[in-house]
Amino acid sequence: MDLSFLIIQSLSGLASASSLFITACGLTLVFGVTRIVNFAHGSLYMIGAYTAATLLPRLLELSYGPVSFWTGILITALIVGAIGVLIEVLLLRRIYGAPELFQLLATFGVVLVVQDLVVQVFGPQDILGPRAPGLRAPVEILGRRFPSYELALIAAGPIVLGFVWLLLRKTRFGILVRAATQDRDMVASLGVNQALLFTGTLFLGAFLAGLGGALQTPRVSANTGMDLSIIAECFVVTVVGGMGSVPGAFLAALIIGQLQAFGILIFPKSTLVVVFLLMAFVLAVRPYGFFGRPEIVGGTHAVGIVSRTPRASGTVAALIVLALLACLPLVSDAYLLKVATEILIFALFAFSLQLLIGVGGLVSFGHAAFFGLGAYGAALGVKWLDAPMEAALPLGILFAAAGAALIGAFVVRLSGIYLAMMTLAAAQILYAVAFQWVDVTGGDNGIVGVWPSTWASPRNAYYILTLILCATAVFILKRAIDAPFGYALRAARDSEPRAEAIGLNVRRHRWLAFMLSGAAAGLAGGIYAFSRGSVDPSLLGISTSVDALAMLLLGGIQTIAGPLVGAGVLHTLRDQIMPLTGLWRLFLGVSIIAMVLLFPRGLVGTIRHWREERA
Amino acid sequence: MSLLIVHDLSKSFGGVVAARDVAFSLEPAEMLALIGPNGAGKSTLFNMIGGQLRPDRGSVLLDGEAITHASPQERFRQGVGRTFQVAQTFLSMNVAENVQMALISRHDESQALWAPARDRHRAEALSLLDQVGMADAADRPCSTLAYGDVKRVELAIALASQPKLLLMDEPTAGMAPRERAALMDLTASIAASARVGVLFTEHDMDVVFGHATRVLVLLRGEIIAGGTPDEIRRNPRVKQAYLGDDHALARTA
Repeated sequence: MDLSFLIIQSLSGLASASSLFITACGLTLVFGVTRIVNFAHGSLYMIGAYTAATLLPRLLELSYGPVSFWTGILITALIVGAIGVLIEVLLLRRIYGAPELFQLLATFGVVLVVQDLVVQVFGPQDILGPRAPGLRAPVEILGRRFPSYELALIAAGPIVLGFVWLLLRKTRFGILVRAATQDRDMVASLGVNQALLFTGTLFLGAFLAGLGGALQTPRVSANTGMDLSIIAECFVVTVVGGMGSVPGAFLAALIIGQLQAFGILIFPKSTLVVVFLLMAFVLAVRPYGFFGRPEIVGGTHAVGIVSRTPRASGTVAALIVLALLACLPLVSDAYLLKVATEILIFALFAFSLQLLIGVGGLVSFGHAAFFGLGAYGAALGVKWLDAPMEAALPLGILFAAAGAALIGAFVVRLSGIYLAMMTLAAAQILYAVAFQWVDVTGGDNGIVGVWPSTWASPRNAYYILTLILCATAVFILKRAIDAPFGYALRAARDSEPRAEAIGLNVRRHRWLAFMLSGAAAGLAGGIYAFSRGSVDPSLLGISTSVDALAMLLLGGIQTIAGPLVGAGVLHTLRDQIMPLTGLWRLFLGVSIIAMVLLFPRGLVGTIRHWREERA
Repeated sequence: MSLLIVHDLSKSFGGVVAARDVAFSLEPAEMLALIGPNGAGKSTLFNMIGGQLRPDRGSVLLDGEAITHASPQERFRQGVGRTFQVAQTFLSMNVAENVQMALISRHDESQALWAPARDRHRAEALSLLDQVGMADAADRPCSTLAYGDVKRVELAIALASQPKLLLMDEPTAGMAPRERAALMDLTASIAASARVGVLFTEHDMDVVFGHATRVLVLLRGEIIAGGTPDEIRRNPRVKQAYLGDDHALARTA
């Protein structure tokens, strides 16, 4: 490893840092002003990449030269900026006052919608953009060849930083943006046109996302997975730099660029892990990043479960449902039983999340981590220890609880949006490990041959087993929610100063909640692994986390039965609709957005609300 | 020995000295008012005694034991109860459950996972609510109470720890005048009967001169005067430095 190699490596780190900064800068500006963590920022980046990859060749055909190329990049960014305005006017404007969980979910709905729309508009294949005229030939640096386009990228980062700095320092708009980042309420009370300010900020943020995406096209082909991968990196950059801080984002992007460039030498397969470990480390030392401030925590107070007098009719209803479910194998075919088994599993998974979100007010955005750990724990037990199902399931629970203890120890120091992002990051680390540690986890293919013991192999036997395990776990969790432990979690959610003043150790309770919830999710994951006979990294992915959140939202966050009903309805819908259409994500995304906007109480919550209105 | 001894407590934020060598003591059953203009350092001093802030120097002794660096949780266990300037209660619970929660914590049951919380310590919670005149509202959701009633519930929560020392930060802020007097009468009678020492900050001079047994005046982080309400009312330095206009004093004289 000689000097020239190190320099080349570090230059390519700078190039990735530049493009990462340009995109992340938009995210952090939008957060600073609107206090919304815009999941759809990665989608805007992806639209930028696709648009540029489609537009640039046409422009270069008309007249070949750098002018067409860079004009095309600029046009792309402007188009994406306009799309950002559209999103602000149609969606974000309506949810500025909503709890942060709803904001995150609504913008994630946009992610799902865009994923399907991009395929509809640009086609399913990856598109590589043209190379930049005038920057096609590599340059020699210390005897090594280095792409000259990368050098242009290195310059682009500081240029954008300069422009943003000028904009923020020298224009009225910029001054308002900075003022709103410091104190949004004060800006509002000074009579500033909020709507215009927010729309303008979204335009700027989306413009930068589009620019970041467009600049990537000569290096990386536009593909359908780039939205989630860039948003994960942008989250890291903004969290490490401090939410809302542009210089923080620049510094963080520089560090992360170098970490990726050199991390690849040390851990060739796990650059993502290195990056997320950095985030974990920074947040552990500085909970608000380099330049963030404590008061920048978005959303309004947590929504969740409230006290209700227990009614005998509720217990009777639960028992009747349980009896009906137990009779299901008598009347249904194998396929229906498979679907019913999955619904029970997801019901437990969503219910375990309810303990964190509805009871504890802890918006975990990476609950798939525990589900996946349970599934992998069980599968690894089968594969490497030849464990039977009876031993592998508890092993899965142990895996998940241990993971939750570790992740929980980090995140209970955080609150609100930082906690959501940190849990997401933790899940992404595990996803990366499962994906990249091929020798142990089987990588992308996962682990197959995870079958239940003989006695539990028939569909109806496995269904009954699932029913017993899930019902028991839900019952235990329900007891815990009504017990002092659940009340203490709610106390800390309602008022942390009061909870501390009556002697409650808030962090300890939250940490225990993570373990309990993680163990329950791990059980769900383990049962799921045996029901399918295999595990793969998607169990740890963002979409699995969002499944649980969507079920919670659909059923109703303020109710105990909500997640159970939500799991039933959503999984049934998915089972019915997914085979009919290629646009399931579009459907799911629109549904999530509609629920947040029109139906925030969820199914159970709305029914109860009607009943109480009439009474 | 005094219940609370504050010894040379100091705290600065950057260059701003919020408390400089503050020293005073508080006896059981005493109602000690801490007054001073905005920015005098009342909240800083209060939060150092309550455990929300760490002092730079000095010590806080409760019943002879140093609690200077104890967390709010530890102070609770040693007998410090507190209410907040903006009342802090558990809005998702009903009134009785709010008090039960504090009792559950006092009995170290907050990690119990099985028997329902709503059945625990209910009788004791009701008797505490009875003390503050809120027993009738025991089963109402806390979120539906009028603010004055929320303050009473908060007092019941604070009393659930059987505190030796009660810290009340602006106990009557945001209340109607008649409610103010009622709440402070109630506090005074509890202080007298249970021999609880009460330290409170207050802006309303009616409340201060009507209910305090002793008054401390804080100015720019230093105590400039201390004594009975009458002595404070007559103290020329207080008049000049803090109260400024004579009306504030004349009204209650």
